[in-house]
Amino acid sequence: MADIDITTEALEHGHDHHDDHHDHESDKYRSSFISHYIFSLDHKMIAKQYLITGIFWAIIGGLMSLVFRLQLGFPEENFSWLKPILGKWITVNGEGMGSLDPEFYYALVTMHGTIMVFFVLTAGLSGTFSNLLIPLQIGARDMASGLLNMISYWLFFLSGVVMFASLFLNTGPFSGGWTAYPPLSALPQAMSGSKAGMTLWTISLVIFVASVLLGGINYITTVINLRTKGMSFWRMPLTVWAFLVTAVLGLLSFPVLVSAFVLMIFDRSLQTSFYLSEIFINGQALDHVGGSPILYQHLFWFLGHPEVYIIIVPGFGMVSEIISVNSRKPIFGYKAMVLSILAIAFLAFIVWAHHMFMSGVNPFLTNFFVIFTLIIAVPSAVKVFNWIATLYKGNIRFTNGMLFAVGFVSLFISGGLTGIWLGNSALDIQLHDTYFVVAHFHIVMGVAAFFGMFAGIYHWFPRMFGRFMNSTLGKVHFWGTMIGSYMIFWPMHYTGLAGVPRRYYRFDNFDSFAQFASLNEFITIAAILTFAVQLLFVINFFYSIFRGKKQTELNPWNATTLEWTAPIHAGHGNWPGPIPQVHRWAYDYSKGDRDFIPQTEPLNDWELEEEHNH
Amino acid sequence: MILLLVLAAMILMAVVAVQIGKVNELFASLRGEEKVELQQNRRTALYMPIFLVLFLFGCVASAVYYAPEMLGWGAKPVASVHGAEIDSLMTTTLIVTGIVFFLTQIALFWFAYKYSYKPGRKAAYISHDNRLEVIWTAIPAVVMTFLVVGGLSVWNSAMSDVPEDAVVGQDYIEIEATGMQFAWLLRHPGKDNILGKRDYKLINEANNQLGIDWTNKAGHDDILPSDIVLPVNKKVRVRITARDVLHNFYLPDFRVKMDAIPGIPTYFVFTPTVTTKEMRKILSEKPNWQVPYDPTDPESKMRWEEFNYELACAELCGTGHWSMRKKVEIVTQEEYDAWVDAQQAHYISQIKGTESDTYLSKAKEDDNKQLGEEAIPTDNSLSEVK
Repeated sequence: MADIDITTEALEHGHDHHDDHHDHESDKYRSSFISHYIFSLDHKMIAKQYLITGIFWAIIGGLMSLVFRLQLGFPEENFSWLKPILGKWITVNGEGMGSLDPEFYYALVTMHGTIMVFFVLTAGLSGTFSNLLIPLQIGARDMASGLLNMISYWLFFLSGVVMFASLFLNTGPFSGGWTAYPPLSALPQAMSGSKAGMTLWTISLVIFVASVLLGGINYITTVINLRTKGMSFWRMPLTVWAFLVTAVLGLLSFPVLVSAFVLMIFDRSLQTSFYLSEIFINGQALDHVGGSPILYQHLFWFLGHPEVYIIIVPGFGMVSEIISVNSRKPIFGYKAMVLSILAIAFLAFIVWAHHMFMSGVNPFLTNFFVIFTLIIAVPSAVKVFNWIATLYKGNIRFTNGMLFAVGFVSLFISGGLTGIWLGNSALDIQLHDTYFVVAHFHIVMGVAAFFGMFAGIYHWFPRMFGRFMNSTLGKVHFWGTMIGSYMIFWPMHYTGLAGVPRRYYRFDNFDSFAQFASLNEFITIAAILTFAVQLLFVINFFYSIFRGKKQTELNPWNATTLEWTAPIHAGHGNWPGPIPQVHRWAYDYSKGDRDFIPQTEPLNDWELEEEHNH
Repeated sequence: MILLLVLAAMILMAVVAVQIGKVNELFASLRGEEKVELQQNRRTALYMPIFLVLFLFGCVASAVYYAPEMLGWGAKPVASVHGAEIDSLMTTTLIVTGIVFFLTQIALFWFAYKYSYKPGRKAAYISHDNRLEVIWTAIPAVVMTFLVVGGLSVWNSAMSDVPEDAVVGQDYIEIEATGMQFAWLLRHPGKDNILGKRDYKLINEANNQLGIDWTNKAGHDDILPSDIVLPVNKKVRVRITARDVLHNFYLPDFRVKMDAIPGIPTYFVFTPTVTTKEMRKILSEKPNWQVPYDPTDPESKMRWEEFNYELACAELCGTGHWSMRKKVEIVTQEEYDAWVDAQQAHYISQIKGTESDTYLSKAKEDDNKQLGEEAIPTDNSLSEVK
């Protein structure tokens, strides 16, 4: 294993980042540009690779949403100016009016969902921070297997390449929605995107699942086996708890998605009938009989629901940590925070059918799924109350990380509460597949998870690059995103409550849905502005990597956790000397007369006395 | 050219942004970083309550502004029996979640402002409070219990099928809606109130889009109307099917929604309570419906005059998903009876006596085989829907 091979001598050069030649000689894992920056085994470098790949995909996914928002906001506008980029997907009529091809509209919607959910908010988020923080915060020199970790990233990269290639297919990328419900996705004749686009989509995601599983196994093994001396489970920072639970969720649910895809591939290419029955399409009655499209939905949502927690739980952990550090207070109710994450993770596996209330499943079974779903509100409420209680009587520093953490809590409240509406099957009769759902999940797991990611990036940027991001630009980014996201998604509640269905290319075909033309324009403009603010972040990010303010203190946020005890430019192996030992939990802020007490500090006399008196 | 301009503008913006950031950093290092940071912190803290007020005001104001268009709280009253229960549950949920929304958002942003950094102040070391935590675990649990119980009772009554002893035609009527790319195919059982058998292998686009099996006599009086016509205050059971991919039978005004699945028929039972004409009358008194139907043409009819219940598709089914509209007309029982009388069965008008008439050809075959015996099957089991 990598960490055993690294000699102490090698590690002493770790902080000596200016002199790469020394590292060349002493660390066989940093022998060249390729093994340092590309096929790196160092979890810190792999984290950066995940992050930058995630940012790339976020820009692509975001741009896609702008294009389909243009269509929704301005259906009568001339879009022939997009023709140089989108080519044949802009259809120009006799009068020179260019409009977005409906086939491509659906492809964009599908790709936006797939990319954001899997590539950005799964790989980009937990891939980045699990990699960066697990070894550093538990006091390990690297992941349990650096090799698997590297393979995990490169499988993610490969799946991205396949997905990216599918964008350029003549028949277009997959366009049947990110959930890929059959028969639409299973029948090439049902939609142009269900031809080669769907094949590549499936291949890409199977590779992606392999990546997630390799990563997950590694995270779990590392947390269980490689904690430093004194780092018991109940002393771990909430971030590590969150990443551990996220990895377990992924490990248990992603294989089920693969099984769904395998059956799908059988139906598509071997003429089996797992999902297909009694279909007449394109003038032809197909031979498939006896399959059930609902089976796919069960398999898909058995992953799909845990997946939304895979997306949001890392945010829980990072936000807890960042709020605590910047309030200079221990996280309120540490054990309750851990237990609520565990409860949410457990419940995540028995609520999947709440996505299928109107799918034709037995309405009696729905009763159980309603009960379990609404129970999730309890641990979620506990988390929110505990975050707010952590602010209470704190001494709050509004770093950019902290701002995004506060924003995360606000969004999680707003989006979580609408979950109580949708989880109640009776209300779902009206709300299912309307814009209310779009508003709900974008706020609670889309934007909120992005806020968790931003909070983490701003907070741990110095840990990654030894520099700070510009705080003025960061503040503009925060307020722009906060206001902008609410302006995009809040009004969607209203269109949803008016009954407007999601995944519509135009609304004016129905009198019932056509009355929101000006509101849709508003949403589109808000989306464009919010996206522009994100570019500010991207500029700030890349500029600061090279030119940002240098980190001079080892522990810039005065945090208790171990990641700030390693040298600023730590080499592979993290600590040049022996691994730090841990003597206390991660949240001794403002204890006694101290501002903070690092985890590495043994209990003081007065603390021992206090403990004794208890 | 435009692209180049956009690119240039973006590069310019990037340069400006970086410069602003740099200037601020420089400014901070000139004036003393701590002092500037403290000032910035104070300013940011002040933005918290300002944002809170604007945010909450924006939420309430926009909700009030758009309420007339919403189902349940808007100008349109609900038009089905179970829909009224859903609406009242929704109002309860709005009140409960609304209270929590306001309390938590206020606490969040207010604490963020109130406890913002002050030099020399020390944060309190509060690690937990078991009593408080038990209380705020128990309260949501109790509230959720009420919402679950209320929700499930509405759900189970809304989704219940017709009673077993109900007689079709008398206690309820049964119609059928079939989704295809990209239209709804409707079927009315005709005078016998029974939908004839179907087989997807019999589908042909020329004269049998549903694949009705003509050897089954129950289908002979089936009507294939272009719009849904239903009597008011009568229970209707909709048999929902799909020909190719998933669709969803969605009637927003009746709070009806159910997936249409190829191979697996689904059902939704509901009772319309407001006729189309009554609804137009109600809407004629609402300000947001007393506007021209076509906003660009002030001479057009009023919005309320053009009102119709609509059937839509609510499950992504392909590129034309957004276009699957059918009109739904709710009429009085007398009007309904008259409408049924006026319709001609598809079999009679299109099939009977043609080459496609499998009933006739089969009867002939049977005749040939078993001369003298009863040729026409009248077996009751055949008349049941498969």
